[in-house]
Amino acid sequence: MSALEIGSSFLEATVRTATPLALAALGEAVSERAGVINIGLEGAIIAGALGGTVAAGVLGVGGGFVAGALAGVLVAALFALFTIGFRADQIITGTAITLLSLGLTGTLYRTLYGASGVALSIPTSGALVIPGLSEIPLVGRALFAQPLITYALYVAVPALAWWMQRSHAGLALRALGEYPEAAIAAGVHPRRIQTLAVLFAGAMAGLAGATLVLAQAGTFVEGMSAGRGFIAIAIVVLGRWRPFTVAAAALLFGGANSLQTVFQAMGWTGVPYQLFLAVPYLLTLVVLAGASTRSAAPAALGRRPD
Amino acid sequence: MLSLEGITQRFGRVTALDGASLTVRAGTVRAVLGENGAGKTTLMRVAFGALQPTAGVIRLDGAPVILPSPAAALTRGVGMVHQHFTLVPAMTVAENVALGGHGRYDPSAASQRVRDVAQRAGLALDPQALVADLSVGAQQRCEIVKALARNVRLLILDEPTAVLAPSEAAELLRWVRNFADAGHAVVLITHKLRDALAVADELTVLRRGRTVLSIGASHATETLVSDAMLGRAASAHRQTAKPLDVNYAIDGVSARTTRPFVSNEVVLRLDQVHVVDMRGVTRLRNATLAVTRGEIVGIAGVEGAGQHELLRVLAGRMLATRGTVSTSAQVGFVPEDRHRDAMMLDASLSENLALRDAGSRRGLMPWDVMERTTSTLLAQYDVRATGASAMARTLSGGNQQKFVLARELDGAHDALVVENPSRGLDFHATDAVHRALRAARARGAAIVLYSSDIDELLLLADRALAMYDGSLIPAECERNAIGLAMLGSTLSQATK
Amino acid sequence: MSSERIPPRVRHWLSHVVTVVLLLVAALGLLSLLLVLTGHPVVPALSALVRGAFGSYYAITSATLVRMVPLALAGLAVAVAFRAGILNIGAEGQLLMGAAAATAVSGVMTGVPSLVAIPALLVVGSLAGGAWAAIAGALRLRFGVLEVISTIMLNFIALYVTGWLVRGPLQEPTRINPQSVSLPTALQLPVLLPGTRLHAGVLLTVIVAAVLWWWLRTTASGFRLRAVGANPLAAASAGRIAVPRTLFGAFALSGVLAGLAGATEYTGITYALYENFSPGYGYTAIAVALLARLHPLGVLATATLFGALQAGANAMQRDAGVPNVVVSVVEAMLILLVVAADRWREHTSQQRVPAESSA
Repeated sequence: MSALEIGSSFLEATVRTATPLALAALGEAVSERAGVINIGLEGAIIAGALGGTVAAGVLGVGGGFVAGALAGVLVAALFALFTIGFRADQIITGTAITLLSLGLTGTLYRTLYGASGVALSIPTSGALVIPGLSEIPLVGRALFAQPLITYALYVAVPALAWWMQRSHAGLALRALGEYPEAAIAAGVHPRRIQTLAVLFAGAMAGLAGATLVLAQAGTFVEGMSAGRGFIAIAIVVLGRWRPFTVAAAALLFGGANSLQTVFQAMGWTGVPYQLFLAVPYLLTLVVLAGASTRSAAPAALGRRPD
Repeated sequence: MLSLEGITQRFGRVTALDGASLTVRAGTVRAVLGENGAGKTTLMRVAFGALQPTAGVIRLDGAPVILPSPAAALTRGVGMVHQHFTLVPAMTVAENVALGGHGRYDPSAASQRVRDVAQRAGLALDPQALVADLSVGAQQRCEIVKALARNVRLLILDEPTAVLAPSEAAELLRWVRNFADAGHAVVLITHKLRDALAVADELTVLRRGRTVLSIGASHATETLVSDAMLGRAASAHRQTAKPLDVNYAIDGVSARTTRPFVSNEVVLRLDQVHVVDMRGVTRLRNATLAVTRGEIVGIAGVEGAGQHELLRVLAGRMLATRGTVSTSAQVGFVPEDRHRDAMMLDASLSENLALRDAGSRRGLMPWDVMERTTSTLLAQYDVRATGASAMARTLSGGNQQKFVLARELDGAHDALVVENPSRGLDFHATDAVHRALRAARARGAAIVLYSSDIDELLLLADRALAMYDGSLIPAECERNAIGLAMLGSTLSQATK
Repeated sequence: MSSERIPPRVRHWLSHVVTVVLLLVAALGLLSLLLVLTGHPVVPALSALVRGAFGSYYAITSATLVRMVPLALAGLAVAVAFRAGILNIGAEGQLLMGAAAATAVSGVMTGVPSLVAIPALLVVGSLAGGAWAAIAGALRLRFGVLEVISTIMLNFIALYVTGWLVRGPLQEPTRINPQSVSLPTALQLPVLLPGTRLHAGVLLTVIVAAVLWWWLRTTASGFRLRAVGANPLAAASAGRIAVPRTLFGAFALSGVLAGLAGATEYTGITYALYENFSPGYGYTAIAVALLARLHPLGVLATATLFGALQAGANAMQRDAGVPNVVVSVVEAMLILLVVAADRWREHTSQQRVPAESSA
């Protein structure tokens, strides 16, 4: 393969891998801007994956995505109940919800499809090739030969960015995450906004999970979220809580994940494949350690909502 | 315009307000006075919709209303500027003022609105400035503009002069007068008699959650008002006392002229100390100070002038970036925020006592000794608690403060650094704290005291320094001199 | 603060026990509900559960108690960390690295007398776990990285490291199975009761728990750890405690305990390292610690409970066809219930006092 072809397939894989990460990260960015850090995001992703799997068989791909989003919202609702309703610690609750969701999806999966875990055949969302644009060298296929959900991202990112800076709701959300007392004194309802933000994050994470199944793997595997929920949190930090940069950060992680294709194509086989699998997690650690990213965090992140 | 009738407010078993009442008419200023804990802020928070009263009626323009939230109060033209500002530091003035609106947000329109409102009100303010970069006075102006932008007809100000230097405070009070004269209503919450008499048309005094006095300013005398605030028992106790401020009474004999323990032995010394914070801002510059045994050095300064760093460097809780710090003994430290900085709320009092010197202790914890010491201290300092094993959380705010003071005073015999010791305490607790400090001084302790209240400083300090923009400026122990020094003026040094 | 005949400390302890019992009843109820929803008859499933956990001498010694060991040690790891205010979710990875290190070192132990070799393996495993946790500690103290995330990332990395080890350097000689060489009998933990799998690790666990309890209660260093967990600002300011040093020590100690869990599991039960070495002990340990209210001796009790639950779950799968992953749902629910119960207690006992300053 020529260098151009390798590069093109690498970028294509990058965007494809980055899509679910970006979806989850965007949702988490909104939630964190409102002051809530959702460690249970992983749980929402896996719930979305199972929801998408179950619904797609009955309602088709579109129904699968919707069901995935709803499943994510359900998980997020439970999280919101505990952290916003009961004012419980966000991190312990999030961890418990992730464990709960992983266990529940495993249980439901085995109950529905048998303990053997036979691969299912469900409709998937294939690549929607845009004629003309997809022929641009190097980036054409990467940007314009992707499933519909990726194109949805192209719209979602600027929309979110506009909303956060140019709407009063976005202003209120940001104020809540920085200095809740100011928002409350201005008449903002903290619980309501935080709950909505958390549910939105759940929906996005659910979509991410559905993407994993319906636009990538084509089947459900227990635990297939594989820590993406936590990686999404790192992506939010790297992207400084702003939609465009978060999307860019997701691409970085997508690229890290897709390095394996480059190595294989180049014939470099000496590296154990486990290293490639570990790269996203190592990268997360490196990113989080980058000191400059810390000061950009919403000041009241993680505080108990009043 | 506003009328609060028979307001009762209960939090669990605590009754904060017990049938309190208040009225204010358009075009007037009503001052609400009372010592710490009397219920002033609570009552006005009810008026602002931030609290739902357990009982009572709120009337606006004669009609009874329910205010379920600050948003509701704002739509009805009632605005409040809190004692602790509710501004988002990371956002601009324009964004802060616009907060709480609906629909699309247009930055340039928001800026223009700020300029319009500020100009009409006669306040100077830059819409594009980041709140974090503003001075305290400017932040307060931002808060006021925030309220005015909502077209408030009734403005509630909670202890507005507490954070300002004397001349800034005077300017604010002038503004309040003008604002009222323009037809608005103002409620001024304060514990400073002087401010109230300077600007108010009418006064209301609260004590223990009840309205005990409501009169026109022309009929108000210092004695009348302070008696109402403290109750007749307190005034009987103070035969020779002259109240400067409701919270403190000074004896006829000046505290300063009698220094029971005279010594030249320096216990705390700073030499050209600089402190630069995490963001690279210099908080303390060229600080040079020597504190001897048996004296109380008073530090004055507005918020952010550098006393936070000064006190902590003196107490050994913060490292200096440059310069030498020498302390010849263990230094006790009573921080302003005792919940956050001094106590473990979910631990027993004995365990809290054990915090002292915990960093350097080796081996086993002598729990039985700790318990005995704790019990002794509780009795000695009259801390109301069920015993040494009581959870710290169960103590009232005043008792927690007394406990922290007791712990630090008892442990560190040589030096003590104290930050706003009577914040949040009522008259009796404050009195006890002052007596404890004087007793420590008599024993030979070197004490550095910071108070945001100049009266408290004048009461206790042997000599005074003001902090201005990170520098220490010596001043005479006199109100005006300190006030000038707090603003950076070195005029006060010329006299002597 | 009314005076009662029962002294406050006993009352405090009693209320915890009552809470735990209530939570267990709730958990059982949830489990039954789950069984019903997934179409499994409740009574046969639950009786299989109980039988698998307590139904026989063998069940108690070789199913329940042997699971207690890693759960208790990992639970102690989590409890110690939580007490210091550190959210160590990485017990799973630290446990794995402990087992991996012990496996690696066992290769050079031929000829060394058991009395020396076995403790050596345990020590090496503990240190490896401590080092793995120290990475997260360093990341937090030097770079401010939230340990929740870093420890979870390290869990995944540990998983892949293990996967590589058992397919590479540590793989058994025939190179057929992804696992290590079997541990020679001389290096295995001695069995306490003949005919069972109950090994010396049980005694070790009880001793460790007791020592930890004593250390936290009576020593200055233990107090410092608790103070930092209770209020790091007060610890630094009022207590003049070196908070970063204390925190790092807590990270390391936590990792050491988890590493020990892995090493004892290796030398006591599995005798080999392989890919799915841990059925999620590190995560269950969180529930173990929280349910025990972070009390070292309580951890022994809750670890036994969860060991019973997992042993029973296996029997439930074998005999009643219920997927054993169901029990992880119950465990997660228990964490949530504990959290909710805590909030409830705080809510009802605390009188909400108005804001400070000039009220």
